[in-house]
Amino acid sequence: MTRRGRLALFAVAGPGLLAVLVVGLHGLPSFGDFHGVYGLLVDRIEPGQRHATDIVTALNFDLRAFDTLGEEFILFASVTGVALLLRHLRHAEGDLERSRSVADHRFAGASDALRVMSLVLIPLLVALGVYLALHGALTPGGGFQAGIVLAAGPLAILLAGRYLALKRVAPQWALEALDAVGATAYAAIGLGGLIFASAYLENFLPLGTPGELLSAGMMPLNSIAVGLEVTGAFLLTWTEFLDQDVIVGRDEL
Amino acid sequence: MSFAPYAAAAWLFVVGLYGVIASSNLVRTVLSLTVVQSATYLVLLGVGYRHGGKAPIVADIPKSSRLVDPVTQVLVLTDVVIEATVLALLLALIVQAQKRFGSIDPARLRALRD
Amino acid sequence: MSALQAVALLVVVAGGTAVALTPDPLRQTLLLSIYGLALAILFFVFQAPDVALSEIVVSGVGLPVIVLAALRKLAQDRARRDSEEESSS
Repeated sequence: MTRRGRLALFAVAGPGLLAVLVVGLHGLPSFGDFHGVYGLLVDRIEPGQRHATDIVTALNFDLRAFDTLGEEFILFASVTGVALLLRHLRHAEGDLERSRSVADHRFAGASDALRVMSLVLIPLLVALGVYLALHGALTPGGGFQAGIVLAAGPLAILLAGRYLALKRVAPQWALEALDAVGATAYAAIGLGGLIFASAYLENFLPLGTPGELLSAGMMPLNSIAVGLEVTGAFLLTWTEFLDQDVIVGRDEL
Repeated sequence: MSFAPYAAAAWLFVVGLYGVIASSNLVRTVLSLTVVQSATYLVLLGVGYRHGGKAPIVADIPKSSRLVDPVTQVLVLTDVVIEATVLALLLALIVQAQKRFGSIDPARLRALRD
Repeated sequence: MSALQAVALLVVVAGGTAVALTPDPLRQTLLLSIYGLALAILFFVFQAPDVALSEIVVSGVGLPVIVLAALRKLAQDRARRDSEEESSS
C-alpha cells in the first residue's frame, strides 16, 4: 500500500482508535485510587516473610521468579536471533577480516580527552554494576539494571576508539559463554528449589536478617545470574552490530 | 485531572502509531515503536500509583506507611530491558532486508517482491 | 496529582510526539535518548525507582549504540550499492 493510502486510512482509523482508547481507559480506577488486593498484600507481608527490603526485586526474583525466567529466555532468544542473522550476513559477504595489530586500529576522531574519560569510566561502571547486582534485594537495583551497567564498562573501551582492544577483552566465545552461564544458572537455582524445598524456584536458602548483604535467600544469586546473562546478551548484540560495521568491508581507517 | 496519565498514554499510543505508519524508512518505524511501548508503561504505572504512596523500598521508612503497588512496577521493569533486545532483532532484520533487496522503504520493498 | 507529576507528564507527551514526528532516523535516535531520560524522571516521580534506573541505562546506553551501529551499516551498504551501479553503468 502506498504511503498516501496508509495515511488516508490512518486519518479515519487514528481518531477512532484514540476515542476507543479514551473510553476504554475510563473504566480503570482513577489515578491514585489503587485498590488491588495482591499488591497491598505483598506490601504488607513481604518484608516479614522474605527479609528483603526492596519489594520490587523480591517480586522479580523470588515471589514471581517464574515470570522472570520466561522474560530472560525471551532475551536469550532474541539475542540468538540477532547473532544468527548477522553472522549469516557476514558469511555471505566473505571473510574480510584482516589481521591488524591492536595498536594500529583507531577510529578517526577519538581524541585524548575521550581516552582519559573512558579510563575513568570503566572502573566506575564496573563497580556500579557489581554494586547493583549484589544489592538488588536491599536498594533499588537488581540483575537487569546491573547487567547493562556492567556491559557499558567494556563499551567505554569502544569510546576510546580501540575497537580491536574491546574484541580482545570481550571475545565472542566469552560473551556467548557468559550469556549461556547466566541463563542456565537461573534455571539451575530453580532446580535447587525443587530439590530442597517443595517447588521449582521456591526459596531454599537461609533468609538472614533484612538489610544485610547475604539475606533474602536465593535473591542475590538469582540477581547475579540475570546480571551475567544481560551483560553477555547486550555485549554480544553490540559487538555483532559493530562487527558488521567495523571489520567487514572497511578499507580506510 | 486524575485521568491525565491515561489520556497522555492514549495520545502517545496514537502518535507512535502514526510514526509507524507514516514512515518511509523502516528504521523510523522501529524507533516509533518505542513511543508506543512507553504508552503502555504509562498506563501500567498509572494504575499502580496511590495518593501519598511511597516507593516500595522498606529499608528505612516506618512500617505502616502507604506504598505504591509493586506488581505493575515489576512488569514494566523487565519489559524495558527485554524490548531493547527485541528492537535489536528487528534492526538485524532491517539490515538483512537492505542487503537482500537494496532498499528499506516499506513501499518499495513491496514492489521489489513482485 | 502534584505539580511535579503534571510537568513531567507534559514533557513526556511533548517528547513522544517529537520522537514520532521527526523524519531523520539519526535525529530520532538522539531525541529518543532524551525522551528516555524524561520517561525516567516521570517514573521516578511516580515512585518507581527501579524502573527509572533501568529506563535510564537502556535508553542512554543500550538502545542508541545498537541503532547507531545499524544506521552505519545501512549507510555503508547503500554507498557500496551506489558505487557498484556507477561502475557498471
